[in-house]
Amino acid sequence: MGMTMTQKILAKHAGLESVSAGQLIEADLDLVLGNDITSPVAIKEMAKMDVKGVFDKDKIALVPDHFVPNKDIKSAEHCKCVREFALKNNITNYFEVGKMGIEHALLPEQGLTVAGDVIIGADSHTCTYGALGAFSTGVGSTDMAAGMATGKAWFKVPSAIKFNIIGKPSKYVSGKDVILHIIGKIGVDGALYRSMEFTGEGIRNLTMDDRFTIANMAIEAGAKNGIFPVDELTESYLKEHSKRPYTVYSADEDAVYDEVYTIDLSELKPTVAFPHLPENTRTFDEIKEEIKIDQVVIGSCTNGRIDDLRIAAEILKGNKVANGMRLIVIPATQSIYLQAMEEGLIRTFIEAGGIVSTPTCGPCLGGYMGVLAEGERCVSTTNRNFVGRMGHISSEIYLASPAVAAASAIKGFLASPCDLKKS
Amino acid sequence: MKAQGKVFKYADNVDTDVIIPARYLNSSDPRELAAHCMEDIDKDFVNKVNKGDIIVARKNFGCGSSREHAPIAIKESGISCVIAETFARIFYRNAINIGLPIMECAEASKAINAGDEVSVDFDEGIITDITTGQTFKGQAFPEFMQKIVKAEGLVNYIKNR
Repeated sequence: MGMTMTQKILAKHAGLESVSAGQLIEADLDLVLGNDITSPVAIKEMAKMDVKGVFDKDKIALVPDHFVPNKDIKSAEHCKCVREFALKNNITNYFEVGKMGIEHALLPEQGLTVAGDVIIGADSHTCTYGALGAFSTGVGSTDMAAGMATGKAWFKVPSAIKFNIIGKPSKYVSGKDVILHIIGKIGVDGALYRSMEFTGEGIRNLTMDDRFTIANMAIEAGAKNGIFPVDELTESYLKEHSKRPYTVYSADEDAVYDEVYTIDLSELKPTVAFPHLPENTRTFDEIKEEIKIDQVVIGSCTNGRIDDLRIAAEILKGNKVANGMRLIVIPATQSIYLQAMEEGLIRTFIEAGGIVSTPTCGPCLGGYMGVLAEGERCVSTTNRNFVGRMGHISSEIYLASPAVAAASAIKGFLASPCDLKKS
Repeated sequence: MKAQGKVFKYADNVDTDVIIPARYLNSSDPRELAAHCMEDIDKDFVNKVNKGDIIVARKNFGCGSSREHAPIAIKESGISCVIAETFARIFYRNAINIGLPIMECAEASKAINAGDEVSVDFDEGIITDITTGQTFKGQAFPEFMQKIVKAEGLVNYIKNR
């Protein structure tokens, strides 16, 4: 029986000829990741394991990014714990403020994640690297600790859902709309315990940043991982960013899938997930009421990349944000920040009446840098709109693309970029 | 291994943000986390929960963030077992890894009511609703995961091997 792309990567890393869905395996890890919230717990757990140190100082990435720059004393203590661990264990890939970025934008940019890798990270959005043709999945702190100590992790080999992508998206349709559309279709547990394998001729019409956004939110459908085939675009990205050798895997022709969906990009429209689940999706023709918005956040591991900032700036250029609107723009890494500065995007955001912050996950999880008050509404390019996620339990989050977020910032209510020019 | 206690009942998609809101993640102390467990979905939980009590929920329990702080908060608050129709996969792994007993059982997740007295026999995989007299057969862990649970978590499992 043929294997899916995910199964082939897992088989190779478990030293097996083949694997099948449901099989329990132990796989070698190419990279173990943690941040300032999950690493301190992992460091504490690793200390209990009676091991000499980490399995490989080059294969661990520690990225303080959630409450960094330190938002309070307790967060500062967590960061100090991670910093001291990194120093003591001589961790190559520790990213201090000034070098850091939001982990899932930073690691591919730094060339630490390549096609064919098996990666675990103590952060649910670790599935992002599937965009590069790697198997990568989120785990908890104890798994991270075990991974740092042994270089291995146990997995139950997943079955898969295939998404056959065809067509070409229209101007304001991006990776965010694709993944929100899919989650709206299959639900927040639609891919529970399984892989989401994206394939088809339409993939060539998706930029690398689109693919990162799509793979990033696989977890929002409950998936173990999301994965893209490696094409010319992936290979040129990998060659530009990484010196590490990579391995191209592809699914067997007779691979078995639990379900197959066809997604025609040309039929998709700007899509918004209404509170309080990413599956509550609507397109603008389905939104009858005017929904007043207090704050717009453009950033995060989902949508803080250069493509995202470019489209937002294109829409905001020459416009002002609505009266009373708070627009918060967060480039995901230092290098994206610099690029945006060189392209004049930062000037556009500030002239439009927005603020621009150093990279941080802050507002996405209600940490800081944009926490919502009682009853406030936010259009956010982030990934979760759960109750209380960004602040008060009665606040509301509307998940959308950077284009929708920018249009909404100008109008002061939930707005489609397609309608902007008409008014 | 057995558990018995009063049931706290929740619906579908209980996410880790409501189990332990991120505003408390500047701490990793289990007692501090437990003091805010379920705060954004059930304010009274921390005042009402007693050692041994059981959480019963519907589909996709623990979805969202990978924060191990969520099962840690639940375990530290005294909960002896979480029963759900399905668990989000990272929560499922985390619960096994830290030694918080969980069980998948669609029938029990539907039938058991808030406040019922329920007992769980993990070796047999049997859930009994003492209040209503109903019994249910839960999904037992595969042998490999049982070994981790019996070692009381992944840390001991690795230490002992």
